[in-house]
Amino acid sequence: MTKTEYFHSVRLDKDKCKGCTNCIKGCPTEAIRVREGKAKIIDERCIDCGECIRVCPHHAKIAFTDPLESIKDYKYKIALPAPSLYGQFRELEGVEEIVSGLLDLGFDDVFEVAKGADIATKAIKKRLSEKSIRPLISSACPSIVRLIQVRFPELLENIIDINSPMEIAAKKARNDFVKDKNISKDDTGVFFITPCPAKMTAIKNPLGNEKSEVNGAISILEIYGALASEEHEKNEKIGERSFASAFGVGWANTGGEAEALGIDRFLAVDGINNVIKVLEEIENGKLPDLEYLEALSCVGGCVGGPLAFENCYVAKNNIKRLFKKMSERGDERAEQSYSDMDYSETLFDSPLRPTKVLKLDEDLGIAMKMMKELEKIEEDLPGLDCGSCGSPTCKSLAEDIVRGYANELDCIYILKDRLKDLADSVRETKKTD
Amino acid sequence: MPEFVEEFLVLPNDFVSAGDASRKIKQILKKIGLDANLIRKIAIASYEAEMNMVIHSLGGTVRLSIEDENIIVTCKDRGPGIEDIDKAMEEGFSTASEKARAIGFGAGMGLPNIKNNSDELRIESDKDGTTLNIYFNI
Repeated sequence: MTKTEYFHSVRLDKDKCKGCTNCIKGCPTEAIRVREGKAKIIDERCIDCGECIRVCPHHAKIAFTDPLESIKDYKYKIALPAPSLYGQFRELEGVEEIVSGLLDLGFDDVFEVAKGADIATKAIKKRLSEKSIRPLISSACPSIVRLIQVRFPELLENIIDINSPMEIAAKKARNDFVKDKNISKDDTGVFFITPCPAKMTAIKNPLGNEKSEVNGAISILEIYGALASEEHEKNEKIGERSFASAFGVGWANTGGEAEALGIDRFLAVDGINNVIKVLEEIENGKLPDLEYLEALSCVGGCVGGPLAFENCYVAKNNIKRLFKKMSERGDERAEQSYSDMDYSETLFDSPLRPTKVLKLDEDLGIAMKMMKELEKIEEDLPGLDCGSCGSPTCKSLAEDIVRGYANELDCIYILKDRLKDLADSVRETKKTD
Repeated sequence: MPEFVEEFLVLPNDFVSAGDASRKIKQILKKIGLDANLIRKIAIASYEAEMNMVIHSLGGTVRLSIEDENIIVTCKDRGPGIEDIDKAMEEGFSTASEKARAIGFGAGMGLPNIKNNSDELRIESDKDGTTLNIYFNI
């Protein structure tokens, strides 16, 4: 089933784009081309990792997220702060300040995604004991899940079929709120406070579920100012409430998930190119003793997301300090009052499917013919990977030509050679005049 | 009549390029669009075979041949040959050098892994060279 309308949070602001080719080289799925002086994102290949956002010198690559205004579309609004939000602030004694601040922004309630992480931790431990396939790969980072769908489809069965903390938190938040206040689910809007465009996309195009439990995502960058500038006294609406555990908050950093799970043989890898290297090793059977892989697209983990404000290393430290303070208060492990969620509700309701973009053609015979043609074209190209043609490498230009999206003369070196031949032959005919 | 054939060089003792041939084979198979599980098996088998050539042989070639009903990966080297093929097929048996063991190889699972991930494995060997023919049914 092909989606004709595919929502992507990562988009191009055409007016700012200079057609410079910086973004085409950094893209891990070779999803960008420069055509007619402007970058173009190939929908089916884009995984919304935001690498192009980081690398664009003209700020032409942006992430679309819901504006804070949009919470007004709902009668009741619940904020789901990602734990990386806490990492944006230094000297936090605890998370009460941030929760107060969010209530001041106009939300009726706050449900920490770190609580979703506590619930996910329990569910993952149970699932690990049920499934024999190894290594199991975390499903928390949507960008990595999509990377695997595109580039490593044979590893899809290794992805653990437990929902991400965001989805778990959203489901529990809404259920608890409507039960408590006796109102309708439809009147309640649940909004994720996000460091990440991939999560925004995962709300519109869910992974592992037919529909997302979340209604929208608000960028940390948008509300950072409001939260940082004012002193948020304890808001009375905070009431009597339980907070997430330190281990739940720890998920904001790389290694936080693995630490919470307490598994012996794990790897925690961040940075999309590093993750690709590790996935290739798993593909080759080089990591047979690995139990669990925590893989995050952003360096530092979620605190390093493109929509976070603070430097990721400073934020990482902020989370560590907060973890320590919370542990000293005895808040290490999850409290019973909120960590009870039906195990079956934490599982995916639909399997992950591969995104078949790498294949040259559905038909094996045709694909092989195209493969041979591709290699022949590649031999004629200069092999400089300069990007001037608008494709990231000579190999990808050869593929674009074979697929009918480009022409040999897009390569400026080939064009230069042909022009030179033409000029030479004109000169020759002139001589004989 | 093979529909597609490509050959790659493998240099002995070159741990920098080691793995390049099987990586390229994987890329080709993904572009052609073979079943994901089949690609994984071929990836593991060709990687093990290539590493064997880097660690144990005087160098040679890895050839990918795609035919109607099956895929054949042929690894041919220039020597020194496998002394005892039956022993080499035993799990845990290895003749790897100190250098190879120091970086994590030499567990003795190479040939058994190739056999387990393929439909047929044929080995011919003498002091002038070893040839592995690894068959996968499509």
